[in-house]
Amino acid sequence: MSTEHSTDTVRLDEGHHVGDGGIPAQFANPGLPPHVHRMADESEAAAKRAERQVAGLFTLSILGTVLFLIAYFAFDTAHRTWVPGIGTVSTSNLLLGVGMGLGLLGIGLGAVHWAKTLMPDEEVVEERHAMRSSDAARGEFVEIMRGGGEKSQLFRRPLIKATLGGALGLFSLPLLVQLVGSLGPLPKNHLSLTMWNGTPDGEGGYTAYTARPRLVTDPESLPIKASDVTIGSVYHVLPEGLLPSPEAEDEHLREGLHHGFLEEKGKAAVLLMRLDPKDFQDTPGGKKAQEWGYQGIVAYSKICTHVGCPVGLYERTTHHLLCPCHQSTFDVTDDCRVIFGPAKRPLPQLKIAVDDEGYLIAAEPFHEAVGPSFWERG
Amino acid sequence: MNALAVRRRHPAAIFILLLLGLIVTGAGYAALAPKQATAATASADQIERGRRLFLTNCATCHGKDGLGSPVGPNLAGVGAAAVDFQMGTGRMPMAEPGVQAPRGKKVTYSAEEIADIAAWVASLAPGPAVPDAEYTTAEGGNAGRGGEIFRVNCAMCHNSAGAGGALTRGKYAPKLTDVEGRHIYEAMLTGPQSMPVFNDNNISPESKRDVIAYLKTMDEAGSPGGMALGSLGPVPEGLVAWVFGLGILIGAACWLGQKGA
Repeated sequence: MSTEHSTDTVRLDEGHHVGDGGIPAQFANPGLPPHVHRMADESEAAAKRAERQVAGLFTLSILGTVLFLIAYFAFDTAHRTWVPGIGTVSTSNLLLGVGMGLGLLGIGLGAVHWAKTLMPDEEVVEERHAMRSSDAARGEFVEIMRGGGEKSQLFRRPLIKATLGGALGLFSLPLLVQLVGSLGPLPKNHLSLTMWNGTPDGEGGYTAYTARPRLVTDPESLPIKASDVTIGSVYHVLPEGLLPSPEAEDEHLREGLHHGFLEEKGKAAVLLMRLDPKDFQDTPGGKKAQEWGYQGIVAYSKICTHVGCPVGLYERTTHHLLCPCHQSTFDVTDDCRVIFGPAKRPLPQLKIAVDDEGYLIAAEPFHEAVGPSFWERG
Repeated sequence: MNALAVRRRHPAAIFILLLLGLIVTGAGYAALAPKQATAATASADQIERGRRLFLTNCATCHGKDGLGSPVGPNLAGVGAAAVDFQMGTGRMPMAEPGVQAPRGKKVTYSAEEIADIAAWVASLAPGPAVPDAEYTTAEGGNAGRGGEIFRVNCAMCHNSAGAGGALTRGKYAPKLTDVEGRHIYEAMLTGPQSMPVFNDNNISPESKRDVIAYLKTMDEAGSPGGMALGSLGPVPEGLVAWVFGLGILIGAACWLGQKGA
C-alpha cells in the first residue's frame, strides 16, 4: 500500500491511495462529450438498411390497416375463434384490435426509428437570454400601471374602490353556496320509511296497509310458507306489491309498482334465513332476534349499514353474513351484531309473523332507518 | 234417492258419513301431499353394498353408523343428493383437512359405487334424492330467466359470471364453470358446506333448470371480449391497464429519450 499523495488515476488492483486534499477552487465546465457518429452516418450501406427498416415498419402499418378493413367486412360479430392462453374470443374483436394496433404501432415505431437512425442528431447548444427585464422597461411598466390608476380616478374616489371590493368579495358566495347546497338532498326520513310501512303514494309518503304485507320471493314474487323455509335456507325477499305477481287476486299486487321501483326495492330488500333455534346466542340480542322471528326464521334488511351494499353472503355453518364491498361481517345468531369490518350498527331486523294461511307476513315495519348511517338518524 | 233420504236419520248414518269423509280426506292427502324424497327404490342388496363401502372408506370421519364424529358431520338426513354431489364432484373423500373441501381433480369412485353409498346414506333418514334428469340437463331451460334468478340468489357469492368469490377465513364460493347440471341442482338442494339451502319451494325445479341453462350458456359463450381476467370486473381490468399499459408507455418514453448512436 502506497502512502505518497497522488492525483493520477488509481488502478483497482493497487489498493487505497491517500489523496492530497488538493480540490480545485472551481471545476471547469467539461462541455459536451465528443459526438459519436451513428452507423448510418458513416456507411451508406447502413443508411440504406435503416431506410429499409423504416419502410418495413410503415409497411407493417399498412398491412395492419388492411387487416382491419378485411376483418371488418369478412367476419360476423358472432364468429368465434379459440386463441391459446385467452380462450374462445370474438374473431371480429380480435382482428379489429390486432389490425388497428399494428396500424398505429407501425407508424409510431417507423417514425421513431427514422428519427433515431437517419434524421440529424448533432448536439447544438442554444444560449438562453436573461430572464430579467431591463431597468428601463421595469420603470416604464410601473409608470403605466400607476398612470392607469390615476386616470381611472380609482385612488381619488374611495367609494368606488370599496363597493368594487365588496361586489367582488360577495361574488364568491354564489359559488360556495352552490357547492355546499349541491352535496345532495338531506336524507330526512326517506330511509326510515320503506314499503314495509305502506304503499308509496308517489310523493314520498306511504299509505298504511289494511292487512300487513306478505313476504314474497325476489324475482318470482311468490308468497313464502313458513313451513317451506327449511333450516339452512336463505330467501331473498321483497314486500308484496313491489314486483308484479301475475297470480295475485288484487289488481295492485298483480301489476306491481310503476314508479320509483328501484328506489323502493333498494330500501325494502330483505334476507330471510332459518336457523336452528338452538343456534341463537343466549344474549339480549339473540333473544330479541328470536322473538321478532318465527320458529328460528329471521328477516334482516339486506342493505349494509356501512355504505349500503347488498349484504347477501350468508354462511350457513357459521351463521355469518358478509358484505361483499368492505367485508363487514354480521353475526345472525346475535341480532346481526357487527363482528368485523367498517359497519357501525347491526342490520335492522324486520319483525315477522304468520298469517291464517301459513304465509309469512311483516308484523311491523322496520323500527329504524335502513342502509348507511347518517347524522340525522338519531 | 227416497230410500237414502229416509235413512238419513239412522243412528249409523253419522258413522258411515264420518268414515266416508276420512277415506276421501286420506286418499286425497295421499294423492296430493308433497312426497318426502327418499331413495325408497334402492334394493336391500345395494344398501348393503353401500354400507360396506362406507365402512371401509368414509367411516373414519363420519363414524361407522354415519352419525358423525368430531372430524366429520352427521349424515343422517342429508339424502342421496348430498352424497352424489360431494362424491360426484370429487370433494369427498377429502384429500386433506382444511377449512373447506375443494372440488376434486378426479372422481375416485365409480358411478355405481357412489349410488350404493348414496342408497345406504339415504336409508339412514329421509333426505333429498338425486334429482330427476328432466330438470338437470338445461334442456328446455330459459337462460334469461335463469340469469335473473342467479343474480338475485347466487351472484353475491358466486359472482354474476359464476367465477366464484371469497368468503370469511379462507372459505370461498367455488367457480361454477364446467359443473354438471345435476351437481348444480344438488348443491342448491342440499347446501353443501357454507352454502345455504335453496329447496324446491324456494327455487322451483323449473327455475333451477333455468339457472342451469344460464350457467351452461355462460360456459358456451366463452369470453368474446378477450381475456376474462377472472371475470371480476373493473378492478383487475384497471390493474392490468395501469401495470402493463403504463409500463409499456414508460418503456417507450425511455427508448425515445435514449441517446442514439
